[in-house]
Amino acid sequence: MTSLLSTVSTICIIVIAISTLFLLYRAIKGPSNPDRAVALDTIGINLMAIAGILAIKLETQYFNDIILLIGILAFIGTVAIAKFLEKGVIIERNRD
Amino acid sequence: MLHAAVLLPFLAAFFIPFIYRGVKQVHLGWFVLAVPILLFGYFLTFINGVLKGVHTLKTFEWIPSLGVNVTFFIDGLGLFFALLITGIGSLVVLYSIYYLSKAEKLGHFYVYLLLFMGAMLGVVLSDNLFVLYTFWELTSISSFLLIGYWYQREKSTSGALKSMVITVFGGLAMLGGFLLMSDITGTTSIRGIIENADLIVNSPLFTFILILVLLGAFTKSAQFPFHTWLPDAMEAPTPVSAFLHSATMVKAGIYLVARLSLVFAGTDLFFLIVSGFGLLTLCWGSYMAVRKTDLKAILAYSTISQLGMIMAMLGFGTKAAILAAVFHILNHATFKGSLFMVAGIIDHETGTRDIRRLGGLFTFMPITATLALIGTFSMAGFPLPILNGFLSKEMFFKSSLHFEHASPIVEAVSPFFPYFAVGGSIFTFIYSVMIFFRTFTGKQRDTLEKQPHEAPIGMLISPMILVALVVIIAIIPDTFGHLLLAPMVDSVTNLVVDPHIKFWHGLYNPELYMSLAVLIFGTLLYMTRTKWVRIYDVLPGKMSAAKVFDALMNGMVKGSEKVTNIYMTGSLRHYLVYILTFFIALLAITMSVTGGFTLSFDDLAPIALPEVMIAVVMAVAAFGTIFMNNRIAAILVLGIVGYGLSLLFVFFRAPDLALTQLIVETVTVALFLLCFYHLPDLDKEKSSSGTKVVNWVISISVGVIVTLIGIASHSTKMFEPISDYFIKNSYKLGGGDNIVNVILVDFRGLDTMLEILVLGLAAIGIFTMIKLRPGKKGGNE
Repeated sequence: MTSLLSTVSTICIIVIAISTLFLLYRAIKGPSNPDRAVALDTIGINLMAIAGILAIKLETQYFNDIILLIGILAFIGTVAIAKFLEKGVIIERNRD
Repeated sequence: MLHAAVLLPFLAAFFIPFIYRGVKQVHLGWFVLAVPILLFGYFLTFINGVLKGVHTLKTFEWIPSLGVNVTFFIDGLGLFFALLITGIGSLVVLYSIYYLSKAEKLGHFYVYLLLFMGAMLGVVLSDNLFVLYTFWELTSISSFLLIGYWYQREKSTSGALKSMVITVFGGLAMLGGFLLMSDITGTTSIRGIIENADLIVNSPLFTFILILVLLGAFTKSAQFPFHTWLPDAMEAPTPVSAFLHSATMVKAGIYLVARLSLVFAGTDLFFLIVSGFGLLTLCWGSYMAVRKTDLKAILAYSTISQLGMIMAMLGFGTKAAILAAVFHILNHATFKGSLFMVAGIIDHETGTRDIRRLGGLFTFMPITATLALIGTFSMAGFPLPILNGFLSKEMFFKSSLHFEHASPIVEAVSPFFPYFAVGGSIFTFIYSVMIFFRTFTGKQRDTLEKQPHEAPIGMLISPMILVALVVIIAIIPDTFGHLLLAPMVDSVTNLVVDPHIKFWHGLYNPELYMSLAVLIFGTLLYMTRTKWVRIYDVLPGKMSAAKVFDALMNGMVKGSEKVTNIYMTGSLRHYLVYILTFFIALLAITMSVTGGFTLSFDDLAPIALPEVMIAVVMAVAAFGTIFMNNRIAAILVLGIVGYGLSLLFVFFRAPDLALTQLIVETVTVALFLLCFYHLPDLDKEKSSSGTKVVNWVISISVGVIVTLIGIASHSTKMFEPISDYFIKNSYKLGGGDNIVNVILVDFRGLDTMLEILVLGLAAIGIFTMIKLRPGKKGGNE
């Protein structure tokens, strides 16, 4: 791996980590639960990015599954939280 | 043959219920009667052998690997007690045939009685300590059943319970003593232990052994202060009182002390405890008996005091004292058995046993009255040479005057003994006289429920035989002395004595004056008893062993309830505090004592900046969770910790773990959200500052301890890791490149299977918890 790529990826990880810290501030501080939900969703996206950059740094393909999975889970989780915040339930009962 | 003899009562007890169901016309007792008579006859055949010094020994292997074999052994002492048990047993069974009507539950009664008889025979004939203990507890249990025979009555059950608690307490203490003895001497045989007596006497545990064994003997034989169960055991049917609580079971403790006195006797401690408590029991029992008004209660206290007298003589340990003791065992069994039967007759024929309501029965019941006269005067030691009680009491006085073994303690204490002996005997005289005169003389009360009349002849046979024995023993004491007592003394002391018992010790003997003093003071005190009876308000007053026992039992129940309530608060928070406190304390102490907290920086990996940042994020999130006031916020922030963890897994190159962690985290968050819908809003924590401090201290300590242990375990590598093997063989043996998965399903597949089982069980559990709602119809909401 060229030294340039290595340096760039390290810088990227650090920047993303700093942004994660800010997101953490938002998640803890709130002030409302939707704020936290959005912060958590964005943290999930950041995780995808970190995993991707890490895969480049470590020159491995094994993390690709993880990136995809985080994407799916972050989506599902955010939908679940959103539904909960809106209706108070996640899985609605049949109305028949 | 000997084993069959001891087994016979048990065998008979097994068949009794069948006979009881099958044969309704004949009183069940007639069938039972055959057993003790047969055994009595069988044991009579041993007398010749014992006289010649032949000791029969029969062994049946039970648990040879532990050295516990059912060894039965007949020498003078064992044979005497066997004859006593079977002889009095026969008379009691005969008496009970007339005493108990067919409407009673006779099957139960005779099964218990036979169990008791067999157990008692086992106690006195066993040579093995642990077999003796087995039979000993069997006597406690069968006695418990017999006392509680009329289990509908509250007094019977409480009396049974009390006797059980006290005798089993002593029995367990005795077992402890036995274990120590067999450990020191290396044998479980009583004869073996007697041979190795010097090992026990010189062992540092001697005091413990002596006290433990004597606890067993004292509780069983109702010695002060454990005598309190005996008066309460009088709720049993009278034949039981006559058999168990005068003649046999209460003498089991006496038997034990006599049997082991070859081991213990000669030591000051044995002398002091046994004779001291014996005399105390003698005085206290006779003193308390005078106060009672119930015939059987008087007899119970009288039994206590007589047992104390025998115990005291065993404690004296001189030849004369032992002879007097064994002689008195025989005498007491005869007159006390007959007196209990007389009390039963009076109860049966008048409907009461209260001497305040009785009186003037002589004209109605002349035979019973005569029997009672001889019995009570023999008990009182009235100076008439046709009463065996007089002879043994004289010997008691004599033995209290002379002590052989010289030690400063004995010499300091022994001069006081005759005064105690006389004092106890004076009260013995009073209550004996009281039993007779207040029951049979004076005015007849018309408050009786029944018109009193003479008892049926069948009921009178047994007490008549016993009273006849009282007189016969007194007239020809030498015959009994040669046949029974000399071999007995021989087994107790290993000394050959001249069993000659004198009718008359001559005019210038101190014991005669002692007897006369008892007679004179007793008569005087009896005449003036209304004047001094108030003393009982002062001396026992509100204190008595029964009250102490009740207070102890109640105190124990209430105390343990209190103690339990202190720590069993029902609050999970408290239990968690206990668990974690012990976790901290045990680990911290163990680690610091063994020097487990080591720190080495040898093979640490370099730390990268991103890892630090993720750790900081996780720490901040975890810390933030604690202070959240909103459930949703708490779980969302906690989710950050989970995602951070999965990212750490990525950093440390564990993709499988990261995948699983992500999914589990998401599912968990979703589950929490599902539950939170049903929960109330999270309250601000309201606990006091004290609890908060405790919580902080505990949680920080747990964290510190776990961190320290983690560091320490990383710092001490004792072995090479086995992971190299997996790396090398994962493809070769498992056929897969993914080492984690090969380990999960191939190398260590069993764990995976059980984890699947756990998940399945959890799923089923959740399903049942949601679907099954007891109390609501249909199962659904």
